[in-house]
Amino acid sequence: MADSRAPAASAATDRATSPMQKVSVALLINGARTQLQIAPWTTLLDALRDRLHLTGTKKGCDHGQCGACTVLLNGRPINACLTLAVMHDGVEITTVEGLAHDGSLHPVQQAFIDHDAFQCGYCTSGQICSAVGLIREGRARTRDEIRETMSGNICRCGAYPNIVAAIEEAMKAT
Amino acid sequence: MNNFQYSRAQDVADAVRQSAADSSARFIAGGTNLVDLMKYDVERPARLIDISHLPLRAVEETPDGGLRIGALVPNSDLAWHPRVKDRYPLLSSAILAGASTQLRNMASTGGNLLQRTRCLYFYDVATSCNKRKPGTGCSAIGGINRINAILGTSDACIATHPSDMSVALTALDATVHATGPHGARTIPMTDFHRLPGDMPERDTNLGADEIVTAVELPAHGFRSNYTYLKIRDRLSYAFALVSVAVALEIDDGTIRQARLALGGVAHKPWRDPEAEAALIGQPIAQDTFARAAHIILRDAKGYGHNDFKIDLARRSIMRALNQAAQGTPQSQSDKRIA
Repeated sequence: MADSRAPAASAATDRATSPMQKVSVALLINGARTQLQIAPWTTLLDALRDRLHLTGTKKGCDHGQCGACTVLLNGRPINACLTLAVMHDGVEITTVEGLAHDGSLHPVQQAFIDHDAFQCGYCTSGQICSAVGLIREGRARTRDEIRETMSGNICRCGAYPNIVAAIEEAMKAT
Repeated sequence: MNNFQYSRAQDVADAVRQSAADSSARFIAGGTNLVDLMKYDVERPARLIDISHLPLRAVEETPDGGLRIGALVPNSDLAWHPRVKDRYPLLSSAILAGASTQLRNMASTGGNLLQRTRCLYFYDVATSCNKRKPGTGCSAIGGINRINAILGTSDACIATHPSDMSVALTALDATVHATGPHGARTIPMTDFHRLPGDMPERDTNLGADEIVTAVELPAHGFRSNYTYLKIRDRLSYAFALVSVAVALEIDDGTIRQARLALGGVAHKPWRDPEAEAALIGQPIAQDTFARAAHIILRDAKGYGHNDFKIDLARRSIMRALNQAAQGTPQSQSDKRIA
C-alpha cells in the first residue's frame, strides 16, 4: 500500500522501466471509427487532441473543474480529461467538430455567434457541447435551471449572460 | 499519472478475483475521482480493473417495497429516476446538489460512496498527511483547515467526507451491498464510512477485497417533509461547507419520525440518535429544533479557520428543519434559501 502511494519523483523511472502495454481501442468519434493502439493511461482528451488531432476540445484545468474539455458521450456531456480513452471502445462520442452538418452550423453554435456568447473563446467548445446536451436532455427551462445545468463550464471572460441568452434562443429553435 | 496495467472484469466474481490477485489494483468505474487522484500522484495503482461494463445498472423494486440501486447507475440517472424523484426526493435533491452535470453523468453510485476527501493536504503530495501516508502527521491541524471537520475528529485526521449523496442515503437508512472472496454481505450506511481515529487511511469498512454491487433503500422515503440544504462558497459546483439532510414524518403537527444528517462536518455523514429522539413526539416549534441542533453539535470542535462551521451548522439545521416541516424543500436550481 505504501509503495503504491510513493511520491511523484518516481514517475519518470516508471516510464523508463515499464513496458509500454498498449491496448487496442476502436474510438467512434463524430460518426467515424478509428482503431488506435493506445497506452491505457491516455485520457480521452489527450487521445482526441494528440492522436486524432481534434483540437476543438480544449485542455483547461485537466482536473474536471473547468469544463473546457466537455464532449458528448452517447449524447451526454462529460469531462474528457477525467476518463480513459481505453474505456470507451465503440461508444459514440461527439466533439465540437461533429456538431455542424452539411456546411451549416448547429443551432447552438449559431446562437453563440448571434449572442456574442464568448470573448477569448477558449471555453466555448465545452460550453457548446454542454448546451447541446442540456437541450437534448430537455429538463432545464428557466434561466436559473440553465445556469445550474451549465455550472460545470467556467468562463473566465465572464460571458455568462450572453451564454444563457444563446442557450435560451437555441432551445426555442430546436 | 503513473503507468499501469489495464484489464476488464468479465463479471463481479472475476472483478473480486482480479482484485484479490493484486493488492495494489484499483477498480475503475466512472473514474471521476480516481483519475484525478492519479494525476496528482495521490493514487498510483499498478493495475486498473475496469468494472464499468458489469451489469450493475438496474434500479429495481425490492419485495419489501424498497429500491435496489445497482452500483454502476450514474449519479444523474439516479437523481432523475422517476421512482427516486417520486419516492425518495431527498436523495434526488442531494445528488443534484453535488458536482456538475458532466461529473454526475460519469460518476457511479458505488464510486460516489467511495470518493476520497478533498482535504487540501490529502491532495498535496508535498505535505504530510496521515490519510495519504500513515504516520507522517496531519498538516490540516494547525494548517489551512477552513473546509475541515468539526465532529468526530482525531489527532491524526480532520478530513471530511465530501459526498452529498451519502448524506441523503445515511438519513434514509440505506444499506450497501458488497461482494468479496467470501461471499456477499450488507453494510448499513451508518456503519459504511468510518471515523478517522488512528487509522485515517481507511475511509470505509468495505474490505480491500470487496466490491460494492448495490445500494438498497428501505420502503419509507419521507416524500412529503424533507430538504437537502447545502451551504458552500459559491452557489453551484462546490463542496459543502455544511450540508443538512432532514426527513420528517409529521402527523397533526407532531413529529412522528425524524432523520437529521450533516455533511461537510465529519469523516462520515453525521447522525445522532439523541438529536433525532429530541424531535420525535414533539410539536413543530423553534425550541424543538434548537434543542435538536444543540444536541447534534454538542461535541463540535473548531480548529481555527473552521470555527465558523459550528454556528453555520446550527443555523443551517434550524433552516433545514423549518424547510422540511413546512414542506418547502430547498430548490437545487433556484438557490435563494427559503
